[in-house]
Amino acid sequence: MKHSLALLLSLLLCLQLGACMTPPQNLDLSLSKPTVQDKYRVTLQPMVAAIAINQLHAWQVQVTSPSGEPVLHARIAVDGGMPQHGHGLPTQPAVTQELGGGRYLMEGMKFSMTGWWEIKLKLDSAERGADAVTFNKVIALPVASKT
Amino acid sequence: MQMCRRCLLIWTLALLGVALLALAGLPELAVAGAIRAQAWSEEELAVLSSLRLSQLPPAPADPSNRFESSPAAAALGQRLFFDVRLSSNGAVACASCHDPARQFQDGRATSVGLGSGSRRAMPIAAAAHSPWLFWDGRKDSLWSQALGPLEDAAEHGGNRLRFARLLQAHYREPYEALFGPLPALDGLPQDAGPLGSGAERAAWQALDATTRDAVTRAFANLGKALAAYEKRLHHEASRLDGYLDGVVAGQPTMPAALDASEINGLRLFIGKARCISCHNGPLFTDQHFHNTGVPPRNGGAADRGRAATLATVRRDEFNCLGPYSDAVPGQCQELRFMVRQDPTLEGAFKTPGLRGVALRPPYMHAGQIATLEAVVRHYAEAPHAAVGRSELRHRQGCENGAAQALQPVELSPAEQQDLVAFLRTL
Repeated sequence: MKHSLALLLSLLLCLQLGACMTPPQNLDLSLSKPTVQDKYRVTLQPMVAAIAINQLHAWQVQVTSPSGEPVLHARIAVDGGMPQHGHGLPTQPAVTQELGGGRYLMEGMKFSMTGWWEIKLKLDSAERGADAVTFNKVIALPVASKT
Repeated sequence: MQMCRRCLLIWTLALLGVALLALAGLPELAVAGAIRAQAWSEEELAVLSSLRLSQLPPAPADPSNRFESSPAAAALGQRLFFDVRLSSNGAVACASCHDPARQFQDGRATSVGLGSGSRRAMPIAAAAHSPWLFWDGRKDSLWSQALGPLEDAAEHGGNRLRFARLLQAHYREPYEALFGPLPALDGLPQDAGPLGSGAERAAWQALDATTRDAVTRAFANLGKALAAYEKRLHHEASRLDGYLDGVVAGQPTMPAALDASEINGLRLFIGKARCISCHNGPLFTDQHFHNTGVPPRNGGAADRGRAATLATVRRDEFNCLGPYSDAVPGQCQELRFMVRQDPTLEGAFKTPGLRGVALRPPYMHAGQIATLEAVVRHYAEAPHAAVGRSELRHRQGCENGAAQALQPVELSPAEQQDLVAFLRTL
């Protein structure tokens, strides 16, 4: 009985340790969501087919009003990092271009390791004011191919 | 509920017992069991696959050096790399500290040129995969990196006018075939440069701007030739690659390339010990900067590492956006989007790649740690940093706030030995 208790305890410990580095179960992975104060709706889309670790790449940011009207001339600041590791992004991405129709180009994105990353945007515009939104993105390795 | 758990446990133990009995009785099943014990999960296989040298993509092109793919530039760069005349005392070549017989490093804690440096010489193979060069990332290309030691008083101790004279005297033909005419140097002083002695700096200031620019351009081209040579230096596949290729291909005979201790070390490396967090990919580095609480050398002054170079690399005349770069600004993505301020970069140094690491003692950015055993012990002990904040304790935490209450990863002496055994397969 003592042995089985020890076994159970070590199993639980393993599970707990493992859980530290795996993303939380109920993480909202949606890349389209309203901002905190509901002033905007923001939709993110990576502009590469697959995000590879340590590769610079760009995203498209679509900004609309809650009712779906494109928001033009918004100012967008980018930040982020890994909440489980206590460090930020390895680069300082920036929104560099307004593409029209409420779409913006966000360049300089890079993820240096697998796991749970946060992408935090601060938005501001003359007509709707300041607001913020945080997205979750889990970066995983591709499945091992036999080549 | 309590009863159910107990039942489940008893059933599990019983089944395990039956399985063990069966294995003890049947040798062929025991072999199958041993293979299963070494089996890797789908998730682990994805990680193992990502570490193979065959998965390393070609190094990214450097748009700031349009000569980097030129065989003629590489041939010129190779001659320059081994030329001791590229120093003020005629005794120091790039190869003095980056010895090809020693993986292009020197085996010393801190390098010795004209004087003593303060950092460990880094190996060069696959360096072109790094967006930032040196332990503190103060250069953003191979060619810009190569120029630094040439004008450093403790390394080559040279100056750019002297280097232009050297090119004119000994490399005129191959240089001009690639880069065009060297500047006319008649009537100019022997020595002049913006980083040299007082006399050299004064002589440099006395030159007109056009001459300074022409001499600096010749100096930059020297770096571009060195970079073209360095870009061709690659890693050879290691014993680990043989094992990983076998495991990923599902060939049961191949895993014999590693013994049980090495395999356990690999399991720890990608699992519990979390080395893989930073030492990832085929080069075993995330190419980023981390503070892991490595103490200053011999109790010396704390080194701020990356934090001290965030401004210098942006105003370096030899960076991707500078006048001697061949890139258009839009191509300088790393420099344009580099982190400009980040408290976690205080006391942070570049994650070194680990291929061939067993043959490269001593370790860390100033050779502070003599052996791999002591390196692994450092990570197990996870001391606080002398400057900035060590990330090691962060890594053991689940959430911000909760992190501080948690202890570092526990690694038994046997586990530490296994990690070292694994590092020797690289």
